[in-house]
Amino acid sequence: MSDHDHHEDGVSRRRVLECMTWAGTGVLWTITGGVPHSLGIVDSALAAEPAGMTFLQISDSHVGFDKPANPNAIGTLEEAINKINAMPKKPSFMIHTGDITHLSKVKEFDDADRIISQAKLDVHYVPGEHDIIDEEVKLYKERYGRGTKGGGWYSFDAGGVHFVGLVNVANLKGGGLGSLGDDQLEWLEDDLKGKSKSTPVVLFAHIPLWTVYPQWGWGTEDGARALEYVKGFGSVTVLNGHIHQVMQKVEGNVTFHTARSTAFPQPAPGTAPSPGPMKVEDAKLRSLLGVASINFKQGDQRLAIIDTPLQG
Amino acid sequence: MNSINRRDFGIAVVATMLLPVGTARAEDSAVPLAVHIDNFVFEPAQLTVKVGQTVTWTNRDDIPHTVVCAGKFRSKTMDTDGTFTFTFTAPGDYKYFCSLHPHMTGAVKVE
Repeated sequence: MSDHDHHEDGVSRRRVLECMTWAGTGVLWTITGGVPHSLGIVDSALAAEPAGMTFLQISDSHVGFDKPANPNAIGTLEEAINKINAMPKKPSFMIHTGDITHLSKVKEFDDADRIISQAKLDVHYVPGEHDIIDEEVKLYKERYGRGTKGGGWYSFDAGGVHFVGLVNVANLKGGGLGSLGDDQLEWLEDDLKGKSKSTPVVLFAHIPLWTVYPQWGWGTEDGARALEYVKGFGSVTVLNGHIHQVMQKVEGNVTFHTARSTAFPQPAPGTAPSPGPMKVEDAKLRSLLGVASINFKQGDQRLAIIDTPLQG
Repeated sequence: MNSINRRDFGIAVVATMLLPVGTARAEDSAVPLAVHIDNFVFEPAQLTVKVGQTVTWTNRDDIPHTVVCAGKFRSKTMDTDGTFTFTFTAPGDYKYFCSLHPHMTGAVKVE
């Protein structure tokens, strides 16, 4: 399939997802043999107790954002955390794929910490471009960068899965896209060396590692090099944020998935003059915000991803 | 409106102070010395100015942007209605971009 076909594929699947969520449901996707299957709506999926390890992804909380697209981004983050606290099975941990804050202000980081900590889960962060715009570019690193390398990249193992948090929002070049850079890519190659190819790998970063829509900067210019290093692994899942909407594609053994924002939606690629915040009717806002729950069952070689809107 | 008024006032004052009297011709003040950011686009994307002139960038998006010209100038993060001004003291081509959204690019030609 050409890139174009993948793109078309992703958009149409996302539209299906949106239609379903507007009807008051989410969809459980499970990946077997590289082909995504919808197993059903969220409510019935949640009713079946998930086996194995479950972790959560939240993204793009933009604490401090107060523009018309959502004057209360703190409130919708609180709603997301309440939703997490109400889940029948407590997840093992949470990842946050960046844009924790809107303007990297101390108070924004403080507010985000105060709210997210109410989930009482370990949280593994990567920065978004909005988290590194304080004057001295130090607040994110001070809070979340302990024990990380370079601009904040790191890896850890949980439940038999190898997780790698990558930074693709720093040192960007004019005219370019998201960027990992040579230092990080060398580290990644080294980090994956010696790992058994049967180890499921999860890569997470803020900007999509695959090219979603370069006209809006939605892609990572050296993302293909990172994907080169995970070739040969039986199960690879790439989790991103940044584009404030659910989008998914499968290529061989790699599943790419982007999460909703908890703050405001952004338009589908090319459907608006810019990728800026999308103002929707108040009644519809919460159907376009949400969290993702990812379930890994040992031996299954598959991660099931459930996108749950704040309100169906 | 306040910020726009302040900006126009600032340009007028700075231009008056910095331009040598002999070259401050009337037509210079008609040159658009403002660059606006709307919908993740610098407008105008290409601007020609004279040495000594000051350009003001204004962010009119709901998302923060920056203006960065490698080795020459770097704005602070501009939130909505935030501005950045730079006075060009040497001729040349100044290519700049937004460090948060690097697909946003522009250029100032200084004669």
